[in-house]
Amino acid sequence: MRDPTVTAPSTPAPPGSLGAYVARARAAGRLVVQPRMGMGSPATMRAGLQATRDAAATSVGTITLDSYTRVGDHEAARTALRRGEQLNGYPIVVHDLATTRAVLDGVRDDRFPVQVRHGSADPRAIFATLAAVGLDASEGGPVSYCLPYSRKPLQRSTTDWAEACRQLDRVREVGAEPHLETFGGCMLGQLCPPSLLVAISVLEAMFFRTYGLRSISLSYAQQTAPDQDTEAIRALRSLAARLLPDVDRHVVLYAYMGVYPRTPSGARLVLAEAARLAVRAGADRLIVKTVAEAHRIPTITENVTALEEAARAAEEPGGTEPALDTGLLTEATAIVEAVLDLAPDPGRALATAFRRGYLDVPYCLHPDNAGRARSYLDGDGWLRWAAVGSLPIGPEAVRGRPQRLGSADLLAALSHVADRFDAAGVLAHDGAAPAPATNP
Amino acid sequence: MNADVRPLDIVVTSTPSDSHTWNLVYLQLLLEELGHRVVNLGACVPGSLLAAECTLRRPDLVVVSTVNGHGYQDGLRTVSALQGVPALADVPVVIGGKLGTAGPDPASARRLISAGFTLVFDDELTGPAPLRAFLATVRTASEAVAECGTRR
Repeated sequence: MRDPTVTAPSTPAPPGSLGAYVARARAAGRLVVQPRMGMGSPATMRAGLQATRDAAATSVGTITLDSYTRVGDHEAARTALRRGEQLNGYPIVVHDLATTRAVLDGVRDDRFPVQVRHGSADPRAIFATLAAVGLDASEGGPVSYCLPYSRKPLQRSTTDWAEACRQLDRVREVGAEPHLETFGGCMLGQLCPPSLLVAISVLEAMFFRTYGLRSISLSYAQQTAPDQDTEAIRALRSLAARLLPDVDRHVVLYAYMGVYPRTPSGARLVLAEAARLAVRAGADRLIVKTVAEAHRIPTITENVTALEEAARAAEEPGGTEPALDTGLLTEATAIVEAVLDLAPDPGRALATAFRRGYLDVPYCLHPDNAGRARSYLDGDGWLRWAAVGSLPIGPEAVRGRPQRLGSADLLAALSHVADRFDAAGVLAHDGAAPAPATNP
Repeated sequence: MNADVRPLDIVVTSTPSDSHTWNLVYLQLLLEELGHRVVNLGACVPGSLLAAECTLRRPDLVVVSTVNGHGYQDGLRTVSALQGVPALADVPVVIGGKLGTAGPDPASARRLISAGFTLVFDDELTGPAPLRAFLATVRTASEAVAECGTRR
């Protein structure tokens, strides 16, 4: 076992649950891969799930919801369906329960779990619906689906999410084990220092645990430097083992969430690096991206190709380099402990922490974010603090400073990964270089 | 290089449905570097909130930035919210970003101008130069008072 400190949950999860499926794959030494995929049409959604299941990979299915459902505008989703307009995801709340059951029938079973991905700051109706159609897995979090994407007060998000967790818990009545994944390890997609991503991911997982969840995955999004990401994922696993010992848990890695390479070869290189990172650092599941990412919503075929390429990259023999310790775990631990000290209830602790700037996401414009912390990319491509505001990690966390942080520097930092992999992809295509130079 | 800049008070905002913010962060930095004062309202700004903030702050310019592909439609809602407030009728409002799902669309851009936008920046390839050129033409509140009666 990777985590010798883990205590088994009191009852074993049913075999079809996401947590149990990932645990089986881990025992077999396989990385679980998963697309982001959502279509408005039930038939196309079903075809996408079937194609995901039949991919040459250990895969989990995804139903991604449309943006009307995400913001709770179900009337707009209903109108779009009636007019036959294209939706950018599956409107699970307005489709008949029988329709969604038919989408899943014979596709989702003990060997193929399906997760609902939604992006909503208030997922109560969504969770009630997915429980009603026999699904049991979703994702998000009171911070990660509130601050970056809405203007909703954080305090209200925490109370809505607490209730949503209770809605999801209803699936226990039919013998299922509810599973939630934190989105906190992906804040803003890019330029958030990894120690803060780790801390928010752990805090959201503790929030879920408080409101009844016993099977939880903790997210982390690939950033700019493989060594730093490895250290971050190991820190995430270590903190989770300490603070969530009685929970069935795994780490899920997201392939890069920021500005994506525009060339197919560059996009493939980022995904392959993410797969190797997952294996090296001990993430058990990977959310993939496709070669179409920089341009449009990918097709089913493009998604399947990405799943299979990621699965192949995960099988490649990895390096055995020693684990780095640049203080990332210490920083993440300090943040988590300072926040937990604010209140016994993690929801209240999170809201207070943002008010005091103990949690402060660089460049996040939400009214509840203090906005005094700043980050930058150093010369080696590592994400660093330029200013920590009131984060409880002290000014010593600021090591070196950027020359300046102007608009042109911000653009360069935002497109650093895309530029690096597009360039590496061109070289690899010409046979001049096999992979990005910074990959160990 | 900005010694001769007349600092403008600028409100930077998104549209009601757009949750993207990196574009807004970039614009704030750019405008501040050019010597202007910026209030950044952030993501998913309803028209009513934008109108209330502008009534309170009386900016010299409103910059709307959106990249979710709904800009041609949502921009109409945004500008009509401002036009609904008589005190804001003379405040220039510009919009830019990825306004449609299929690249620049001149007919939709003309609709935005008819609805009240002063300028539409829907060509992603030009960089910040057209915006900078436009800024030089915007009058501050005190200049506007001095030129009272002149329409923009």
